[in-house]
Amino acid sequence: MALGPHVRDDFPLLQRHIHGRRLVYLDSAATSQKPRAVLDALLRYYQESNANVHRGIYRIAEEATAAYEAARATVAAFLGAGRPEEVVFTRGTTEALNLVAATWGRTRVGPGDEIVLTEMEHHSNIVPWQLVAAERGARLRYVPVTDEGRLDLEAFDRLLGPRTRIVAVTHQSNVLGTVNPIPRIAERAHAAGAVVVVDAAQSVPHQPVDVRALGADFLAFSGHKMLGPTGTGGLWARYELLEAMPPYHGGGEMIALVEPDRSTYKAPPHKFEAGTPNIADSIALGAAVDYLRAIGLEAVAAHERELTAYTLERLREVPGVRVLGPLDLRDRGGAISFTMDVAHPHDVAQVLDGEGIAVRAGHHCAQLLHRRFGLAASARASLHLYNTTDDIDALVAGLYLVRRVFGRAPHPAADPR
Amino acid sequence: MALDDLYRDVILDHYAHPRNRGRLDPRDITAEGANPLCGDELTLFVRLDGDRVAAIRFEGRGCSISQASASMMTEAVAGKTLEEVRALVDAFRAMMHGGAPAAALGDLVALQGVRKFPVRVKCATLPWVTLEQGLDDAAAGRPATTVTTDTRE
Repeated sequence: MALGPHVRDDFPLLQRHIHGRRLVYLDSAATSQKPRAVLDALLRYYQESNANVHRGIYRIAEEATAAYEAARATVAAFLGAGRPEEVVFTRGTTEALNLVAATWGRTRVGPGDEIVLTEMEHHSNIVPWQLVAAERGARLRYVPVTDEGRLDLEAFDRLLGPRTRIVAVTHQSNVLGTVNPIPRIAERAHAAGAVVVVDAAQSVPHQPVDVRALGADFLAFSGHKMLGPTGTGGLWARYELLEAMPPYHGGGEMIALVEPDRSTYKAPPHKFEAGTPNIADSIALGAAVDYLRAIGLEAVAAHERELTAYTLERLREVPGVRVLGPLDLRDRGGAISFTMDVAHPHDVAQVLDGEGIAVRAGHHCAQLLHRRFGLAASARASLHLYNTTDDIDALVAGLYLVRRVFGRAPHPAADPR
Repeated sequence: MALDDLYRDVILDHYAHPRNRGRLDPRDITAEGANPLCGDELTLFVRLDGDRVAAIRFEGRGCSISQASASMMTEAVAGKTLEEVRALVDAFRAMMHGGAPAAALGDLVALQGVRKFPVRVKCATLPWVTLEQGLDDAAAGRPATTVTTDTRE
């Protein structure tokens, strides 16, 4: 493996035992665990520099402001942004996507216009656009997913038209692991006169992401999936787009001058950060980025690639297991969803929990995608830099235990395809 | 291991060999239920003889707990009067929400262990709230409404 097992030692929570067994954490697509460096940054901020930002003229307020803006610069550099001011801090991907929908979407989409989504989107990249479409009288179009679990790009090309205003697409599916060809999608979308919104919640934590190389106009990401605290993340957008957008929330921090009937706003990104921001957690997100960069995203991606190959190979040997999504490594990340013919995903996850193994069961906020495959639910093992082949061996042993508990005959209620 | 409290032998037996699984024609009541959390879907078919349950069957897909609960429920309510059925629904719900199990529940007491796994309680109650909704709709003479474990517990 590209990364050694010592990486695990950096994560205090991974030292836990569950039901007397070493915790095997395979749910990083939901949220990642945090290295000690991130926890230390949180504690250090509260113990040494806690003060509100952008206001105080005293020492610790200046320290807090400097650390908060330094975290923004760190994240911006990590994403290949042109300047730090292109990054708006949000509570995560969901808020970032809602921000784009409620500002750019509501002002640029009109009756009869079209918003192109895909069948593999997370609900957070569907529902905000449904709200915009309902309010503005616009229409949603969905790019279909092939049986292999990839976007049907020819169908995408046909969906684009003169009414297409926005193309909102995930960079990496949280269910299938599929990595979508954003540069190609952006090129076609731009040729049709649309902007491209990228949900990068599952890609930024796992592979080098350069917003300029992707050709995106907006890109949303979550801090808590990239080793940072919950309640962090952000929106990257080209600066001229941020300038052209109306504010999202109103309040303190985002205004220049307030008069009785109107106000003037600060320049981006502060125009979009009303109220006291999540200072401590954003600073700790900066620490998470520093940690990831020290290891290197190329190394993280290589490690997860090897481990994904190992996982797919080991799952193939378990009778009755069917993997959703690409079975090869081409443009595929480490979110590996599967069904078992003898047991429902919830029962699979329950038995695995008894062995100290944490996997996800359900629709993973992607009901449209599961319906596309004739399923209501799946089980999902998802990887990060701290996972090892030992974790996968434990998973496979757990799946054999599922077969012992529930028998070896396929069950009609277990969500068969 | 606590897992044995959840997957009792009688539950696994009803899961592996569901009783009364399938459709029922003719029927007097069709009731549909769903658990949005996990995507479980259940359809109940009931044939009445006066105010008694003459026959009951179920279809659907879901976890072992919801399937076993449905299977055990069909055995428990067959032949009972609607009043007895409603009392059993109440007794089952009371047990799943922490009450002492009523003697009338019989084998259904095996599902008591599900209480130790809070997210699974709705799996066990799905067939029961679906049946209750079906009885309510039939009594009111209105078309069947799909019940979900988010809207009725």
